[in-house]
Amino acid sequence: MSEAISALAGANTEGFARVSELGLHGMITVRGNQSDAAFAKAVCAVAGVDALPAIRKMVGTLEGGIAWMSPDELMVFVPYSQVVERVGQLNETLAGQHFLAVNVSDARAVFGIDGAAAREVLAKIAPVDLSPEAFGVGDLRRTRISQIAAAFWMSGEESFRLVCFRSVAEYAFKLLGTSAAKGGEVGYF
Amino acid sequence: MLTLQCPYCGVMAEETELSAGGEAHLKRFGPGSTDADFETYMFMRENPKGVHFERWRHANGCGKWFHAARCTVTLEVFGTYPAQTSVPPADLLDKIRAARPGFKWREFE
Repeated sequence: MSEAISALAGANTEGFARVSELGLHGMITVRGNQSDAAFAKAVCAVAGVDALPAIRKMVGTLEGGIAWMSPDELMVFVPYSQVVERVGQLNETLAGQHFLAVNVSDARAVFGIDGAAAREVLAKIAPVDLSPEAFGVGDLRRTRISQIAAAFWMSGEESFRLVCFRSVAEYAFKLLGTSAAKGGEVGYF
Repeated sequence: MLTLQCPYCGVMAEETELSAGGEAHLKRFGPGSTDADFETYMFMRENPKGVHFERWRHANGCGKWFHAARCTVTLEVFGTYPAQTSVPPADLLDKIRAARPGFKWREFE
């Protein structure tokens, strides 16, 4: 087996906030009826969380969590080494039901934006109200950052996690890095 | 800037997060239909100066298609609603009638 590496192999840059590529994470796109109890139970078991996220929310962490992607789509985060096994577990538990589970770990890139002004880094490049009143810890948005699609959520008071397609990882890294560059502070929030 | 609320994820999405999908509530005439029906389906549009019903997709978001009623002159948005319907919802039509007496869009007035 060849060794799996992430898109930018953990590149990072320090500006007024720190932008880092976070390496390999297990990501499973799951589609199905979220109001179905059996479906919810199976997905929660795989991610190791208590309940499915509410609309535009993230529960858990990158090591075990679920992100709300659309009314019929979830993104399940598990450790990279266990992703194949967990997809198998889902397929087994939900066999016969109408659902879809796909391992997309190698088709996505994950970034972290950390620092007191992390909000500003994203507020400059996404059409989203990122004021503290409108966007708090656990809130998630699927939107665009400049010219590419991305999903991000607030993982802590001063940190965001962002997922985008792996094919545009370099663009995303440079974009976030530029937005976070020293001298670019806005000081709005 | 045009801002529409996505009826699926509740986001007040601005124009750059959306993609336009043309006129709403078209009835498709495909293989086997008459030439006249096909031509009407393919080319004939309301193109109103005033209230219009359109399809939009929350492309840089939840990815769902939805419908919106807005005025092509003032850009006033009357409302958005899910795509699983072939006619605009009654309460939205009432709202438009109240705001724009005498409006007409296909068979709706």
